[in-house]
Amino acid sequence: MTIKGKAYIAGAFEHPTRHAPDKTVAQLHAEVALGALADAGLTRDDVDGYFCSGDAPGPGPASMAEYMNLKLRHAESTELGGASYIVLASHAAEAIAAGKCDVALVTLAGRPRSEGMATGTAPRPRDPNQPEAGFEGPYAITTANAYAMCAMRHMYEYGTTSEQLAWVKVAASHHAQYNPDAMLPEVVTVEDVVNSPMIASPLHRLDCCVISDGGGALVIVRPEIAKKLKRPLVKIIGAGEAVKHLAGGTYDLTTSGAARSGPIAFAEAGITPADIKYASIYDSFTITVVIQIEDLGFCAKGAGGKFVADGNLISGTGKLPFNTDGGGLCNNHPANRGSMTKVIEAVRQLRGEAHPAVQVKNCDLALAHGTGFLLATRHGSGTLIMERE
Amino acid sequence: MARKITPPAVNPETKPFWDAAREGRFLVPFCSACSKAHWYPRAICPFCTSDKVEWRQASGKGTIYTFSVMQRVKEPYAIAHVTLAEGPTMLTNIVDCDFDKLRIGQAVAVIFQETEGGPPVPMFKPT
Repeated sequence: MTIKGKAYIAGAFEHPTRHAPDKTVAQLHAEVALGALADAGLTRDDVDGYFCSGDAPGPGPASMAEYMNLKLRHAESTELGGASYIVLASHAAEAIAAGKCDVALVTLAGRPRSEGMATGTAPRPRDPNQPEAGFEGPYAITTANAYAMCAMRHMYEYGTTSEQLAWVKVAASHHAQYNPDAMLPEVVTVEDVVNSPMIASPLHRLDCCVISDGGGALVIVRPEIAKKLKRPLVKIIGAGEAVKHLAGGTYDLTTSGAARSGPIAFAEAGITPADIKYASIYDSFTITVVIQIEDLGFCAKGAGGKFVADGNLISGTGKLPFNTDGGGLCNNHPANRGSMTKVIEAVRQLRGEAHPAVQVKNCDLALAHGTGFLLATRHGSGTLIMERE
Repeated sequence: MARKITPPAVNPETKPFWDAAREGRFLVPFCSACSKAHWYPRAICPFCTSDKVEWRQASGKGTIYTFSVMQRVKEPYAIAHVTLAEGPTMLTNIVDCDFDKLRIGQAVAVIFQETEGGPPVPMFKPT
């Protein structure tokens, strides 16, 4: 069974907040759900499938289903960290293709900024039943130093430089200047990035994404429903997922799960990386983008540093316009999970609803890719390919 | 080392490892069915799924596969992946060194570091 053409993204909504001290996580989930349903021209009562991840309060989908008073015939919670929402979008398409639901709602929300979470620089609590716990907890692995180790190895193997990594942030900032909701709308230079304080060598402060409150939601529907709505048609045509881990101690930290999820998605879509007009690439850190761009086949392994340099990711001038909302590096990284906003900006591009200064001309094919958990240990990868019909 | 080290979670699969660590001995799990060492230690071989995993004394020697010095904390520390002479690569810290002189490929040797109330954990220092 393929999901190609079996489901459409009818609604997409990004919460405008970046700081929500006076709202609850459940409230934010409900607000983004209603926002995406309104965008689609549907209501809460149309939803019969609900998809969420670990940021949804309570175990699995039950608490949020109750809060929003959903009447479901299909529910799923999948935890792949920041990659979850791209994977959930493809699972929603699978459920629709299998006849298990007609209108699928996917939500993400959280408040790490209000809660004062040291997202990148403090080790996160770990379940002692995790089999690796005893062999990782004592070493204080954090999000920042985990991705930094991938950057260090990439530099060693391929000669990638801090200046090349900085171009990822520079491109994101060029896009963020047009986004009134962006957390960091100022345009920055390569010098700004490499001169910002070192967080975890070789990653500087401006190599790291923002920490923001907020969220986003998607409404995914069967084709007959999409065609009755008044929104531009955004069809899901391919998806791939992967879980990459340390494999008993035999690993290469310069390659991500995108090397497996990408080809699966491209094969299902029946297209190649050269066909993609716009790409949302998860940018937890600048190095994340470089590694994923290589693994997805936009350039050869090891050539990512050169590929992203000199503005090649900037819409209007570069070969691969990316993250035209400003991405996680400058716009938004709600709940420390970036793949929801990746899909939302891809939908805006395919609809022609991105900011005119960053809208890609004739944007008919777009890709969204996410990585969840830690690139330097175990992570989930999700790739989604969408087409404007 | 100034950083307070969280004690490792010890479970029935890994208790022999931590008991040996208390005696200053660094063990690696070795599968007698496929003749491979793996990391992190587990009772079922990740390569061949055999349960014929035994503990072997390791050389304690390795090389740095990659590392990062965490600067954005009160007490900077170096996290690393070290490839052991026995084959597998493991997450660890590099200690007793000048962080500015660390480099990938550098030879290192195991050194046990005390934790906050638990068994000592294997870390590495340049040789």
